[in-house]
Amino acid sequence: MFSKILIANRGEIACRIIQTAHRMGIRCVAVYSDADADARHVAMADEAFNIGPAPSSESYLKADRIIEVAKESGAQAVHPGYGFLSENTGFAEACEANNIVFIGPPSSAIAAMGSKSAAKAIMEKAGVPLVPGYHGDDQSPDTLRKEAEKCGFPLLLKAVAGGGGKGMRVVERMEDFDDALAAAKRESKNAFGNPDMLIERYLTQPRHVEIQVFCDKSGKGVYLAERDCSVQRRHQKVLEEAPAPGLSEETRKAMGEAAVKAAQAINYVGAGTVEFLYDVDGSFFFMEMNTRLQVEHPVTEMVTGQDLVEWQLKVAWGDPLPLEQSQVKTRGHALEARIYAEDPDQDFLPATGNLRYLSTPDESAHVRVDTGVTEGDDISIHYDPMIAKLIVWDETRDQAINRMVQALEHYRIAGVKTNIRFLHALADAQPFREAELTTGFIDDHRELLFPKSRLDTHKALVLAAGFVLEQRKSREVISTDPWSPFGRQNSWRMNSEYAQPLQLQVGDEIHELKVLERDDRYQVFVGDSVYNLTARLDDDFLQAVINGHRISIHGNLHNDQLVLFYEGDTFQCTVYRETYGFEEMAGEGSLAAPMNGAIVAVQARVGDQVTAGQSLVIMEAMKMEHAIKAPADGIVTDIFFVEGDQVSEGAELIAIEVTADAEEEAG
Amino acid sequence: MTILQSKINPRSEEFQANQESMAKAVADLRDKVATIQQGGGPSYQERHIARGKLLPRERINRLLDDGSPFLEVGQFAAYNVYDEEVPAAGVIAGVGRVSGTECMIIANDATVKGGSYYPLTVKKHLRAQEIALQNRLPCIYLVDSGGANLPRQDEVFPDRDHFGRIFFNQARMSADDIPQIAVVMGLCTAGGAYVPAMADESIIVRNQGTIFLAGPPLVKAATGEVVSAEDLGGADVHCKVSGVADHYAENDAHALEIARRCISNLNRRKPADVEIRKPRAPLFDAEEIYGIVGTDLRKQFDVRDVIARIVDGSEFDEFKRYYGQTLVTGFAHIHGYPVGIIANNGILFSESAQKGAHFIELCCQRNIPLLFLQNITGFMVGQKHEAEGIAKHGAKMVMAVACAEVPKITVLIGGSFGAGNYGMCGRAYSPDFLWMWPNARISVMGGEQAAGVLATVKREGMERKGQQWSSEEEAQFKKPIVDSYEHQGHPYYASARLWDDGVIDPAQTREVVALSLSATLNRPAKPTRFGVFRM
Repeated sequence: MFSKILIANRGEIACRIIQTAHRMGIRCVAVYSDADADARHVAMADEAFNIGPAPSSESYLKADRIIEVAKESGAQAVHPGYGFLSENTGFAEACEANNIVFIGPPSSAIAAMGSKSAAKAIMEKAGVPLVPGYHGDDQSPDTLRKEAEKCGFPLLLKAVAGGGGKGMRVVERMEDFDDALAAAKRESKNAFGNPDMLIERYLTQPRHVEIQVFCDKSGKGVYLAERDCSVQRRHQKVLEEAPAPGLSEETRKAMGEAAVKAAQAINYVGAGTVEFLYDVDGSFFFMEMNTRLQVEHPVTEMVTGQDLVEWQLKVAWGDPLPLEQSQVKTRGHALEARIYAEDPDQDFLPATGNLRYLSTPDESAHVRVDTGVTEGDDISIHYDPMIAKLIVWDETRDQAINRMVQALEHYRIAGVKTNIRFLHALADAQPFREAELTTGFIDDHRELLFPKSRLDTHKALVLAAGFVLEQRKSREVISTDPWSPFGRQNSWRMNSEYAQPLQLQVGDEIHELKVLERDDRYQVFVGDSVYNLTARLDDDFLQAVINGHRISIHGNLHNDQLVLFYEGDTFQCTVYRETYGFEEMAGEGSLAAPMNGAIVAVQARVGDQVTAGQSLVIMEAMKMEHAIKAPADGIVTDIFFVEGDQVSEGAELIAIEVTADAEEEAG
Repeated sequence: MTILQSKINPRSEEFQANQESMAKAVADLRDKVATIQQGGGPSYQERHIARGKLLPRERINRLLDDGSPFLEVGQFAAYNVYDEEVPAAGVIAGVGRVSGTECMIIANDATVKGGSYYPLTVKKHLRAQEIALQNRLPCIYLVDSGGANLPRQDEVFPDRDHFGRIFFNQARMSADDIPQIAVVMGLCTAGGAYVPAMADESIIVRNQGTIFLAGPPLVKAATGEVVSAEDLGGADVHCKVSGVADHYAENDAHALEIARRCISNLNRRKPADVEIRKPRAPLFDAEEIYGIVGTDLRKQFDVRDVIARIVDGSEFDEFKRYYGQTLVTGFAHIHGYPVGIIANNGILFSESAQKGAHFIELCCQRNIPLLFLQNITGFMVGQKHEAEGIAKHGAKMVMAVACAEVPKITVLIGGSFGAGNYGMCGRAYSPDFLWMWPNARISVMGGEQAAGVLATVKREGMERKGQQWSSEEEAQFKKPIVDSYEHQGHPYYASARLWDDGVIDPAQTREVVALSLSATLNRPAKPTRFGVFRM
C-alpha cells in the first residue's frame, strides 16, 4: 500500500480522504491556496504546501505546481477528489509521466467520457441504452417522421443550434408531428438561422438514477447499488439517496450490469458513476459517466457499509476489488443533503461571509457530517459555496427522513445565509416523503418548499428579548467585581419600576419592546400584548417559558445580530440602536462595497464632479455586476481601490464630499 | 456558616396585622414616589418635551448602561418643606453604571421651577457630591438649571455649604482624580456656568444648551447689548470659539452618548478590595419582613429574622452570641460582599456597647464593611448603669463608629432615638449611605418620653409654686409635644430634609444595601486609626 499520498483538493472531500488514509496508516500531503492557509484540510494533513493565490486557476488548478509538490514531498500517489483536476486528462497524464499514481481512471478513460457525444457513441456500441432519438444530418420531413415513429411518443423536437426553449416542441401523437415540426423549424430558423432538428424521447417524469461502479486493474468490475439524485435545482443536486425508491430488483440489476458494461467499454479503473435517466415505466437511458468519486458517494457507503476511498486506494495500488458482486449487499436507507451558503429566497444566490457560529448535529451510526470548515472560517467567493454534506442512515426511508429532518434542526449556522431551512422543508414535504421524485420536484412543489415561519412573530420577539437580555448579563462583567448588583442589568429602581426599552429590527421593521424585570422574571410588552417570560441561557442554549409555553432554542448573538434557530428555521433580528451625531453624518458621502467581490471598473477620478445616481465603481460579485452609485451630487475626494482589487463587504470604495447645496436639499 | 432558621408564624394574627400595616406604609411610599417622579407635572413635562428635550429621568435611563440599576438618593428631598411643591428638590441624583463604571449622576429637572436651586436643592447636590467624594465615584452633571433660587438667596448663596461649595467640590474632586463630566442640556447661567467650566470634560447640546455668566436680560440691563442666548453662549460659541465646552452634541441623546464615551475613556478600575463570593439569595422571602416588623415601634421582634431575609443564603456567623445580647453582631455576605452586621435587639447596655466596639475593631482590622441595622431607644439609664460606667462604654462604641474607615451603611429599621443613634452610626457619623424604612422614627427621644420629661419639669415647677395640675391639663400639655415629635420624626419629614438618603421598601433592603456596598467599593481600602478609648 502507498505510504504517502497527496490530496490535490480542498474542503470537505480533502478532509474525507485524509480521514480514510490516516485510518489506513497513510501519510497525507495537503495543498492550499493563500485563502486556505488555516483551513481544516490543512490542519488535518501531516504536511501541507502552499500552491498559490486564492483563485483556483492560480492554485488548485495548477497541475504543474501540484506535480512539483508531489515530487518534493515524496508522495507516491495523488488523489484528485472531485472537481478541480479530477477529470483533467492532462493532469492524469502528467502524473503518469512523473511516476506518480493518479488515483482514478487512466487518462484515456477520462478522455473517452469527456465528450458527451463521443461517450454516447461508445455506449451505443457497447449496448448501453440511450435515450431513443435521432441526431442525424438528413433533415427531410420524411426521414424525421420515420425516426419519430421509431423513437416513440411523447417525443421532443429540439433545435440543433437551440437553447432557451426556442425551437422546442413536445409532441404527444404522430398526428401532431407535422405541424409541430414545421413550427419548430420556423422558430429555430428565425432564432438561430438554422432550422435543423433533433428528436429525443420525451420523459414525462424522469428521475436521475446513477450507479456506483468500481473496476480494478485486472478489468473486473462491480456495481455498488444506485443513488437517486432526482431532487435538483438548475442541474444542481440537492438531496440524494440510496437506494432509489421504487426501483425493482430486476431494474437495479439491469442498470448495474449496464453500468459495469459501460465502464468496461472504456477500460475503466477505480470509482466511477454512470448516470441514467429513469422513467416511471422502468426504462432507463444512459446520460453520462463521471470518472471520479462523486460528491454524494457517502449515501452508497452508508447503505453498503463500504469505504469507497479505501477501495480507491486499494485499486490504485493494484489490489483486486475488495468484494465480488455477489458479496455487495445493501442495508437500510441513506440520505444526503448538501448544505450550501446560498439564499433560497433570492433564487439561491450564492452567499459569502464568516461562519461566526457553527454547530453541527452529533455524529453517530445514524448521522454523518462531511465538512471542510470549522466555526470562524470564511465562505469566500473563490470556491464552491458548499458548507457541508449531512448524511443520515436508518432502517427505512421514512425513518431516515425523520433523522434528516431532526439533524437539519440541529445544524445551526449564523453569519452566512444557508439553505438549511429549504432543505428542512424539502425533506419534510409530503410528496418527498411519498417519494414522488422527478427532476422537476423543486419547481413542482415550490409552495411547499418556501413555507412561512412556524414561529409566531411576537413569540419570536419575546424569545429574542430573552436571549439578548440573558446574554448581556453573562457578558458585561467587571473583572474586579464580577457580581456587582449594578451588573445585574435588571433596571432596578428605588420604590418604582422601570421597563427598559429594547428595539428589535426584523427586516425593515423596528419592533419596540419594553422589558420589565422582577425577581428574575420578565414581563415583555410587545405592541398591546404582555408576555410573562422566564429565560435561562447556557452559552447558546436558551430555555424559555412564555406564558406557560416552554421553548428550548439555540441562538447566536454577535455584534447586535441575533439568529434564533427553531425547527430548522431561523429568526433573525438586529438589536437596533439609534446613531447620533455628526461623526456618523460625515460618513454619509462615502460608499461601501455591498458584498465581497472584485472591482472590475472604476468610472470616476479623484476631483470629479459627480451627480446623484451616477455610476462610480463596478463590482463583480457572485458572477454578477453591481454598480456603486453616487448618493448625492458631490466631488470625489478619494478612491481606495483600483481595478482588479478584491474587496470585502463593507469596505469603503470611494469617498465623496457632498456639495453644500445638495446637503441643504437633502436636509 | 450558621444558617438562620425562620422562627415566624405567617398565619398568626399579629403577623397578619403587621403585614397589613407595613404593606400600607410601603404602598403609600410607592405612591408618593410615583408623584415625585412626575417632576413638575404633565404640563411642564410636555412643554419640556416639545422643545426636543428628554425628561431628566429619561436622560438618566439613556445615560446608564443597558439594564443598569439606579440607586437614587434624596428622592424625598424638599417634600412638603416649602410653600410650593419642589419634587425631589428639582434635582435627581444617584449612582448607576455608565460604560461599566459606577458613577454619581446629578441631573437638574427643569420642569421643577426651571431647575432652580432651593436650599434643599443645594443640600442634595452637595450630598451627592459627598457620596462621590467619599467613594471616588466619577460625577456626571446633566445641567439644565436657571441657577440659584433668587427669592431665597440668603439660604443658598453665602454660607459654606451653599452654592459655591458645588464648585469647590468639583475642583477638589478633580484634583483627587475623581472625574467630573458636565453635559449642558439647557440653561447654565451665572454660578451654574462654573459646572461645565470647572468640569474635566464638558458636552453641550446645540440650539439648547447655553453657558454664560449673565443671560441676555442681564446683559441688556447692564450694557444695553442685545444678543440672543444662542449667540451669547450656545454650543457654537463654546465649542468653536471660547473653548468653554469640549464636545458638540446634536441633541440630548447624542450628548449622552458622548458622555458615555467620556466615561469609557477614563481608564478606571474598581478596586473592590474585599473577598467577593458568588451571590446567593436568602432562603426566606424578603416580604415577610413586613409581617415580622410591622409599624408599631413598641412591638419587639428578633432582628435575626430580618437578617435572615437580607443576607446571602441566610447565613450569619454570630460574634459573642451570648454576651451583651441586646446587640447582635456577626459576619455575613450580602450579594457576595462580606459585611459585619451590627443590629439592635433591645436597649444598649454596657456589655452590648463594649461588644459593639470590639466588633467594629474586628471589621476595621479586616477591612470588612459595616452594616448597622438601627432600632434603638437609647442606652440604659439609672444609677446602677451610670455607676458601672455606661457613659464610657457607650463612648467606646461611639469612638469606634466615628473612626471606622471601612464602608458604613446604616438602615433605620425602627426607632432611632438619643445617643443610640450615635453609637449605631447615625447621620453625624458619616455613614456612606443611610436609609430609612417607612415605619422608622427619628428624634432625640421618643415623643412620649419627651412629653413626659417636659411634663415632669412643669409639674415640679407648678408644685413648687403650690399650684395644682390636673391630669387632663397634663394630657393637653403633652399632646402637641407628642404630635410634633411624631410629625418631625416621620421618615418623610426626615428624608425631605436629607437627614437620610432615602426611605426604602423593607423588602428591597438587600438590593439597596448591596448597591450601596458596591458603590463604596469604588474607593480603595484605608486603614483605621482609633482615638483614645476610655477604659
